[in-house]
Parts: sequence; C-alpha cells; structure tokens
Amino acid sequence: MRIENKNIIEVENLTKKFGDFTAVNAISFTVKKGEIFGFLGANGAGKTTAMRMLIGLSIPTSGTGKVANFDIYKEAEKIKKNIGYMSQKFSLYNDLTIRENIRFYGGIYGLSKSEIKQKTEKILVDLDLKSVANKLVDSLPLGWKQRLSFAVSMIHDPEIVFLDEPTGGVDPYVRRQFWETIYDAANQGRTIFVTTHYMDEVEYCDRVSIMVDGKIEALDTPKNLKKQFQATNMNDVFLKLAR
Amino acid sequence: MKWKVFWAFVKKEFYHITRDKRTLLILFGMPIAQVLIFGFVISTDFKNASIDFLNHANDETSFELIEQIQSSENFKIGRILYADHELEKGFKDGTSKLVMVIPEDFSKDFYNRNPIEIQILTDGSDPNNAVTLTQYITSIVGSFQQQKLKIPENPQQINIETKLLYNPKSISAYNFIPGTIALILMIISAMLTSLTIAREKETGTIEILLVSPLSPLLIILGKVAPYALLSFIDAILILVLGFFVFEVPVRGSLILLLFCCLIYVITSLTIGTLISAVSKTQQDAMMRSLMGLMMPSMILSGFIFPLTSMPFILQVLGHIIPTTYFIEILKGIMLRGVGLEIVWFPLFVLFLMILFFLFFTWKNFKTRLQ
Repeated sequence: MRIENKNIIEVENLTKKFGDFTAVNAISFTVKKGEIFGFLGANGAGKTTAMRMLIGLSIPTSGTGKVANFDIYKEAEKIKKNIGYMSQKFSLYNDLTIRENIRFYGGIYGLSKSEIKQKTEKILVDLDLKSVANKLVDSLPLGWKQRLSFAVSMIHDPEIVFLDEPTGGVDPYVRRQFWETIYDAANQGRTIFVTTHYMDEVEYCDRVSIMVDGKIEALDTPKNLKKQFQATNMNDVFLKLAR
Repeated sequence: MKWKVFWAFVKKEFYHITRDKRTLLILFGMPIAQVLIFGFVISTDFKNASIDFLNHANDETSFELIEQIQSSENFKIGRILYADHELEKGFKDGTSKLVMVIPEDFSKDFYNRNPIEIQILTDGSDPNNAVTLTQYITSIVGSFQQQKLKIPENPQQINIETKLLYNPKSISAYNFIPGTIALILMIISAMLTSLTIAREKETGTIEILLVSPLSPLLIILGKVAPYALLSFIDAILILVLGFFVFEVPVRGSLILLLFCCLIYVITSLTIGTLISAVSKTQQDAMMRSLMGLMMPSMILSGFIFPLTSMPFILQVLGHIIPTTYFIEILKGIMLRGVGLEIVWFPLFVLFLMILFFLFFTWKNFKTRLQ
C-alpha cells in the first residue's frame, strides 16, 4: 500500500489575517505520508495563502502546523530542505539551457558534484530530453516545461512536493501524462500536495479538501464527497459548495 | 557548502547577463558611448567656430587681425559682410556664432594709439558658448595688440593673473570623467540589480528561491555580487579611457580611489535592492530608478549644473543624493590629489546612507513576510 498510516502534514486552526481581512480562517487537516492530497477552492478562497504558510513563504497569524514533523514557526529552515515546490508561474529560467537549470537547482539545494551529475542524467533520460539538453528552456513546449519543472522540484528527494496549479494551459492529453508522473512520484513514497482548477484531475487524488471563503467546507475521498453531496461528478460537488 | 551554493547562484546570474543583449549593452556599450559623447560632443573647448566679419576699414591692419583670428584654430572665417542689415544673417540660419565689426580707419587709429571700438556680436540664444567665445576673441585681440605695438598686455598698473589650478587648460574632460564614473556606477549597481530582482519576481522564480534552503541574504548577495564586480570593471574602464583619450590624471592614491568606488557601489546596491523590494515588475523598477535616481543624480549632483547656484531647496535635495558626495570624492582624489584627510567626510556620509538604506530594505522585507 502506497499510503502509510503516518501524518506528514498536521495543521490545526491555522489562521492568516491581512488587517481586517481573514484570508484563512482556522483550518485544520492532516495529510498522510504517500498521499496525493487535492487542495481545492475558488479563486480568492485562500488556498494559495494556506499553502504559502505551509512552505514558509508566509508567517501564520495563529494556529499550529507541522510539515514533515517540523514546526512551521520554529523549524522553517528544516522544512525547506524536505519539501519541493512548483509554482503556478513557471519555475524554470527560460534563458538557461535545460542542463543548466537542473544543475542550478541541484546547486542551491547543496547537492555534491557527482550527485548533480547523476541526477541530471536521470532526469534527462526519464523525460527523454537528452537530445535537447543544451537548448534553452524557452524552446520547449509548455507541457515539457511543466514536467521538467516537476522533476527539478524533486531534485533533492523531498518527502513532500507542493504543486500549485501545475497543469495550467495545456491540453487534456498532456495533463494526463503529467498525472502519470505524479503517480510515479507518489509510488516512490512521496507525498503530493496539489492545488488545481480542473475537476477531472480531482478524481485522481486520494483525498480532497475544498475551501470556501477561508474555511475548509469539505474534506474526504472524491467517492465519499460525491455520495455526501449527491452529485455525479466532482464538478457538481464543487459548484454546490462554492455557491 | 555555503560557498558552493553561492557560486552556483553567481554562475547562473552570469548566464543571465551574458545572454541578454540589452544588459550587455548597458554594461559595456553605455559607459564607452557616454564618455566619448561627453568628451567629443559636449566639449566646451571650441574648435573652428564660424565667425563673420563686417570690415568697414578694409585696410592692411584689419586684414592682419582677421588672419590672426583665423590662425588661432578656435575660429574659422564664415562670410565677409558688407552692410549692417546682414549682421544677423549668420545667426538666423545657424551658420555662425560670432560677428566682428571693425570700424573705419582701423590702421590709422591703431598705430596712432587712438581708442578703437571693435564691436562683437554673439548669439545670446546660446549664452554659455557666447561667453566662452567672447573670452577667446578678447584674448586674441589683446595679444594682437601686444605683438604689433610692443606694449605690455595689460597697460594698467594692476595686473590680474588668473590660473586655473588642477586643470590649467580648462579641459572639460576633468569634469565629466568623474561625473560619468559616478553615473555609470549608479546605473549598473542600482538600476540593473533592481531590474534583475524584479525580473525574478515577474517570472515567479523568486518564490522557488525563497522556498529553497537559501537564506534571503544569500539570494540578495548572489544577485548583487556579479553586478558589483562588473561595475568595478566599468569604473576602471572609464578611468583608463579618461586617461588615454582625454588625459585625465589620477593624482591621488589609486587604492583609495578604488576603495571609495567600492563604498559607492555598495551604497548604490543597497538602493537597488530597496527599489526592487518595493517594485513588482521590471517596468516598475525601471521607472523608479530612472525618475527617482538617474534624473536627480544627473541634475542635482553638481555634475552638469553647479550646486551652489541652485535655489536652497534644490541644494538640500542635492545633498541627499549619494552621487553628489561621490563626485566630490572623485574630484578630490583624481584632480586635486588629496587623501583620506579630506575625503573622509563624504565617505562617512556614504557609510551612513548604506546603513539607512539597509535598515529600510530589512524592514520592508520583514513586513512582506508577515
């Protein structure tokens, strides 16, 4: 079984306020090791803010949280070493070649020369990019860039990978391919925390949480959610909640 | 380990720089172009200014005077006029800078030592040049008189002897080489660094960097270090150009000069990081550095217009600009050959500015995180 009975993310009453506005309102949830956890919400529901608190880009106003068994207040530096992150904006440098990008990220995560060499080789072979390794990333199609970006975010073998809308702007076939690589990563024991707008992708997740106005309104497997809201697909579940 | 990470970062930054033609152009094209343009185009030393003559005398001595004026290399003869109504013709079509009117009986009065009035008309729409040219022509006429009549240059008792210390030939390069160094260092250190950080914000890669184990300080240092190095190279490039092309000396200590450059570069870098901290896009950063930094540095630093002749409020503004102090330091060390005993004060001000800007950048960064 891929999913272990061990919490790798624990969040309790996590809150973030910007002045009078409460962006994230006392959310609590847990994510198990090896799980693919879908984090949903309408635009402005607060999911990006919540995610930023988990990865150390934003300090919570109140509440507690643990990521990879490290405290999000006191041990942010240790968390950073154990997580990978792929943002909704594109994470690679367009004016660097594919090889240079991989090396750079290997370098800033403090990998040794031989590790970088070995990782570079593996990524190039896995993604079938060997023939274009010395071309600028700019010249790659978007779908390839996203897969490379995902591979690079795991260059330091993190326990958890946070993906913020990783498949924006590509066709269903490419998205499908991307999800296969997500499954590969999960099968290697990595936990995947993913936000998305595509409801067909939600069906691939082990569990899904749906945020509305800063609160988590639903959290369960896609199957149970559909039952609970008497809907035929996740799209209906989402619309019923978001209204 | 820290050094290896830092090196990986710096290497990446050099890839960005060497692959972007615009950055390269700003880095190396601009300093060279600016020095040469200031040197050859905006020079206040005149060569071959066109001068028209209305010669009422038409005698030998008047021709000799005209010849002397022409042989000075400062002037070349434009047209010979015949009537008063032609006087302004050259000014209006822009072909001449000066008109000289020589009165009748010039030879006779000249050798009889009667008072003579030579009229000089200049183009007042260009007052700086007009004044300079008038000075030239006065001195030529004076020496002509001296040669022909064998009298001392100044027949009065009190003889004022002026001497332009540190720049005896009044070469304008002595002013613009220090000014150009100051401006170029500011542009590269402040504008380019603010642009490169703003670019990472725009593309979103800054978030990836912040999520990585790199400390924010290391990210900033990694971003500014290549530009610090390159602005140093530019400073030396401009000094060398100034020395070999325009013969601008470095009379004081070169080591002290380079040390002051370093302090100024650090000041500019802290301003650059502050600008990038408050700007969201490259365009934003560009506007802020152009309007808030380049313009005042150029106009209010005493580089182009003397600070002392400005209204009080502008003088105050001029004194909160780091460029003002750096130009003061440069002129002191390069032209007057002074040492730390004189330049310690402006240097101290630059230090204070570094602390000031660092404090604000740090505060801004903290509020951003919360």
